[in-house]
Amino acid sequence: MPLLEVRHLVKHFIRKQGLWRPPSVVRAVDDVSFTIDEGEMFGLVGESGSGKSTTGRCILRLIEPSSGEVLFRGENVLGFERSRMRLARRDMQIVFQDPYSSLNPRMRVGDIVEEPLIIHQLGTKPERRARVAELFELVGLESSYLSRYPHEFSGGQRQRIGIARALALNPALIIADEAVSALDVSIQAQVVRLMMDLKDRLKLTYLFIAHDLRLVEHICSRVAVMYLGKIVEMGETRALFSQPTHPYTRALLSAIPVLDPDAPRQRIQLDPAAFDRAAPLREIGAQHWAAV
Amino acid sequence: MAAPLLDVQHLSVVFDGSPAVTAVDDVSFQIAPGETLGLVGESGSGKSVTAFSILRLLQPPGRVSGGQVLFEGRDLLTLSEREMRAVRGARISLIFQEPMTALNPVMRAGDQIAEALLVHGQATKSEARARAIDLLNAVRIPDAAQRVRDYPHQLSGGMRQRVMIAIALACQPPLIIADEPTTALDVTIQAQVLELLRDLKEQFNLAVLLITHDFGVVAEMADRVAVMYKGRLVEQGPVRQILREPAHEYTRGLLAAVPGMTKGGPR
Repeated sequence: MPLLEVRHLVKHFIRKQGLWRPPSVVRAVDDVSFTIDEGEMFGLVGESGSGKSTTGRCILRLIEPSSGEVLFRGENVLGFERSRMRLARRDMQIVFQDPYSSLNPRMRVGDIVEEPLIIHQLGTKPERRARVAELFELVGLESSYLSRYPHEFSGGQRQRIGIARALALNPALIIADEAVSALDVSIQAQVVRLMMDLKDRLKLTYLFIAHDLRLVEHICSRVAVMYLGKIVEMGETRALFSQPTHPYTRALLSAIPVLDPDAPRQRIQLDPAAFDRAAPLREIGAQHWAAV
Repeated sequence: MAAPLLDVQHLSVVFDGSPAVTAVDDVSFQIAPGETLGLVGESGSGKSVTAFSILRLLQPPGRVSGGQVLFEGRDLLTLSEREMRAVRGARISLIFQEPMTALNPVMRAGDQIAEALLVHGQATKSEARARAIDLLNAVRIPDAAQRVRDYPHQLSGGMRQRVMIAIALACQPPLIIADEPTTALDVTIQAQVLELLRDLKEQFNLAVLLITHDFGVVAEMADRVAVMYKGRLVEQGPVRQILREPAHEYTRGLLAAVPGMTKGGPR
């Protein structure tokens, strides 16, 4: 059984356009299905507006989906009551993109990491403090920093604090929503290394949401490419990157700057009229699907 | 190298305070006419401060503590503010990272382009309006005659960046400073904007000081590269040499941190 199974997930936003015009519907997530196995690092890539972040948030019900199913260990979390959902969130945590806005600037970082334990009423005060110190060590921060405020830390350190907070409840699944996008490349490499290391040590499963295909190719075992609310291609990373099939995937891959000034550049322009947006995913190779 | 267009000599910038911080430390580089120099570094390396110092846009507590910025035979650091205004936008223009904050939200795109021409007395009002449409065509904005009346919020991120480039090109300056021009854009839009910049560079024989943290963008655009670290230039050379045989340890580390660095080749 996969750890997470997303079935026909849909999120429509209604956009009012004024008094006399009918509201329009934005299909931010439009019938998205995928599964993630235990211990996997699954990449969900796409450009701004593709619906990748909305998908991540719908899984945690930070945004309530319009329809579909989200099965976590076989149970549909979309049917959970409030209290049950809160319990389920212990197992599913999120790390946000912006380390500057996702940490409360007026809380000490030790308290930030401790907060999930308090909310879920876990442990006594000394037990929680011990756990926080342990988490700091786990993400490579000194426990002497516990009483400092977020502004005293660099972007990379803040992202480590965000990771420590996400790990506090011992989750099984981490949704990393552009978790390293805002960081300098050398810092990014360190944080990615930390996330990979934690994956092995704590048997974590990741949904890694990103726009950086180079990074995803590097670290994910499977990848899904989103375009305008739909998954247009999905498969094992190697298969997808070596034989991109959907026109959008090809355009996206050809747009990545290559680190060789002499490499031949064949920019593939996307012609939205050249493919059927409604085409369903079909198997085009071993562990490789495309909506063509 | 031909006589440089821009010759930065031993530039140093200090941010006063206790303690004072040296943000740019004895930095020297040249840019020839029509050449693109990629100035690469991470946040806080001093690359943007260098660019702002060249245009004398540095705000206190930052100040240039030494060096020269020779451009078209004059040291920009010694010009009066009035003389400097005639350089900015007309002889050297600047493209910022964030087109939404750099453009005036309550002014039509066309008027912002025309303004650049009017301020420098390079056109009459009616000429400026016609030139604005030409420039929007030059940066390949479809339907330019209509778009010229759009406000920034009506344009997508990539279109806004094109408007910024059109403003920068308006007075046909020989040098453009582009500070992370594609960082805020999606990768497919980035590819289009880089392609546009490459074509315009050819067409107008533009020299570009390209400030970026992305070696991929450098490989696409630059003729030469200067790598900045903690306010100093640690390495400088032709783009192929820097990418293939980086000499400085910091450059090697930076290149190694780029995911998929070893790949290259056609996709």
